[in-house]
Amino acid sequence: MSLLEVRDLHANVDGKEILKGIDLVVNPGEIHSIMGPNGSGKSTLAAVLARREGYEVTKGEVLFRGKDLLEMKPEDVACEGLFLAFQYPVEVPGISNAYFLRAALNAQRKYRGEDPLDAIDFLPVLKEKMKLLEMEEQFQSRSVNEGFSGGEKKRNEIVQMAVLEPTLAVLDETDSGLDIDALRVVANGVNAMRREDRSMILVTHYQRLLDYIVPDYVHVLANGRIVKSGGPELALELEREGYGWVEEALAAK
Amino acid sequence: MTTVNTIQDLTGGEYKWGFVTPVDEDNIPRGLSEETIRLISAKKNEPEFMLEWRLKAYRHFMKLLKEDAEPKWAHIKFPPVNYQDIIYYSAPKKKPSAKSLDEVDPEVLEAYNKLGISLNEQKRLQGVAVDAVFDSVSVATTFQKKLAEKGVIFCSFSDAVQKHPDLVKKYLGSVVPYTDNFYATLNAAVFSDGSFAYIPKGVRCPMELSTYFRINAADSGQFERTLIVVEEGGYASYLEGCTAPKRDKNQLHAAVVELVALDNAQIKYSTVQNWYPGDKEGKGGIYNFVTKRGKCLGKNSKISWTQVETGSAITWKYPSVILMGDNSVGEFYSVAVTNNYQQADTGTKMIHMGKNTKSTIISKGISAGHAQNSYRGQVKIMKDATGARNYTQCDSLLIGDKCGAHTFPYIEVRNSSARMEHEAYTSKVGDDQIFYFRQRGLSAEEALTMIISGFCKQVFRELPMEFAVEAQKLLGVSLEGSVG
Repeated sequence: MSLLEVRDLHANVDGKEILKGIDLVVNPGEIHSIMGPNGSGKSTLAAVLARREGYEVTKGEVLFRGKDLLEMKPEDVACEGLFLAFQYPVEVPGISNAYFLRAALNAQRKYRGEDPLDAIDFLPVLKEKMKLLEMEEQFQSRSVNEGFSGGEKKRNEIVQMAVLEPTLAVLDETDSGLDIDALRVVANGVNAMRREDRSMILVTHYQRLLDYIVPDYVHVLANGRIVKSGGPELALELEREGYGWVEEALAAK
Repeated sequence: MTTVNTIQDLTGGEYKWGFVTPVDEDNIPRGLSEETIRLISAKKNEPEFMLEWRLKAYRHFMKLLKEDAEPKWAHIKFPPVNYQDIIYYSAPKKKPSAKSLDEVDPEVLEAYNKLGISLNEQKRLQGVAVDAVFDSVSVATTFQKKLAEKGVIFCSFSDAVQKHPDLVKKYLGSVVPYTDNFYATLNAAVFSDGSFAYIPKGVRCPMELSTYFRINAADSGQFERTLIVVEEGGYASYLEGCTAPKRDKNQLHAAVVELVALDNAQIKYSTVQNWYPGDKEGKGGIYNFVTKRGKCLGKNSKISWTQVETGSAITWKYPSVILMGDNSVGEFYSVAVTNNYQQADTGTKMIHMGKNTKSTIISKGISAGHAQNSYRGQVKIMKDATGARNYTQCDSLLIGDKCGAHTFPYIEVRNSSARMEHEAYTSKVGDDQIFYFRQRGLSAEEALTMIISGFCKQVFRELPMEFAVEAQKLLGVSLEGSVG
């Protein structure tokens, strides 16, 4: 069974159609990259998958682990194992990273019928994942993303992903705003999490992330549709030739 | 966008304490006159000095009323109050007595049980003595005997007037004189009951003292007065709670609290205020116009106010400390929550007079719905207050986009050795924050609870343990509605 099946997905934002019929199948262990010019609908697709409010699905269906994703609440999607690494991680003053993440993990454990982890059992797990992302220990007691640099926020997203151990991780422009060193740290963290039963969707504008995390499939999204799919070589082609040809192809239609 | 609805749903809590108790009450006629004052004083069988004091206050109030001296400076709006349309005294007919609970109207006891306040000493939480004030009178005070063994006096104000007139005479009006302000003047004229606590020299009060105020009667006002005196080296921790039925008409609650701390004495005063806030359209609710002030009279004394304000249509209160004794300490920790059409203008005054006096102000305002929440604080360093220090932090949290938060700090320094710090920030609980939590597996209710408790942490940890839990729950009900 496929992990994720998206069929003829149409979605509106503020009454405007952004997704115009997306088809996408992700199997366990696969890494897919969704690339495309600005405004093509990449982040909208990520938001719809995470069931963010304000994104109205007008047509199509999405099955996640065989269940109707479009019927689920956002927190249930998360508990089913879909993790979204935010393009713009949110700051939450007054709540420490450790407290936030333990509450999240325990909410997911509860959903799965598992006992909660207390702070003593949880902290070693968090420390190990923070080390993986080269984050200093003091981060655990700082408020979630508050006063973090852009790069620290992105690394923090991957720490969260590492702790929550999702089945499907959707990384929305995780590479944007990162310098080359931070990009490498983030990519190492992501690569360390690759497993046969864990899939990923990398939403990105640039090819450079794919130098570090090599996808199995690359899809080009333009004007709300996937216009071309291929292997990793397609990303290189895009890097070389830009998105101009995509637009020309669309214009020709 | 639909997202705004999430926050609206979360903040649509129901007031759970809005029931009315069917109890036979002795009401005096509506309105305010010299006769009203005499009637109240006679009902309480007061000594002459009390009546005199009330009458002076009454005459002063009538003058203020003529001069239209009702305070207009606060950031609140309400139609004029008709002071002649209020019932100034309303008491359950069955005569209460401190001797035995058997003599209290069972309906009144039932009302307290419903509120989770058992007046039966055996059933009470250990270590908390309760004075229960129902409309205009105190109906019972628990653990008096046990406290008396230590020399601690804890009783209703009426009892104190009868049994300890010298103490009352000495301290009544010594912190908040009857001329202090419009509402304090009205209170001085018509106040009907409240709590009195006296801690003798060197005694650490062995239990929490608390008063539970309940408004039940319609069209009445509640005007209670609390006086706490802690002698040299003594310590008291006091907590008050309050609720009222749901009614369409606004009701006035104008209380006065006076605290006096002598050398090395400490008073910790906590409030969980949950008067009926009015309905979702802003109809009804209590006008909570309260004057609370403590005097650090002795050296090294300390007065600490902690308040969690979730109820009332309008809250107007500024628990303050006058730091007279050298090295004395004043503290103010506040969480004020306003939802729907509630309005709050609250804060503190710290008046530094003694040397090396220190004050801390931590204020957290939370606004949801169409509510307006203002912090108003004054820090005054007088000429002789060498080495005075103040730290102020006032933060606001906005939930949704139709509410408002405002801060009005006033700082006056007349001694150049003073050290002052002031911090403030405003943040907004956004849909993006809630979604962030949900994407990690937490429900929207859990998200809001976590965000709010994170925001209020600094204040909640100042509350006595069990009340901190209560307060957190109360915040849950005031804001989230759906959290059980």
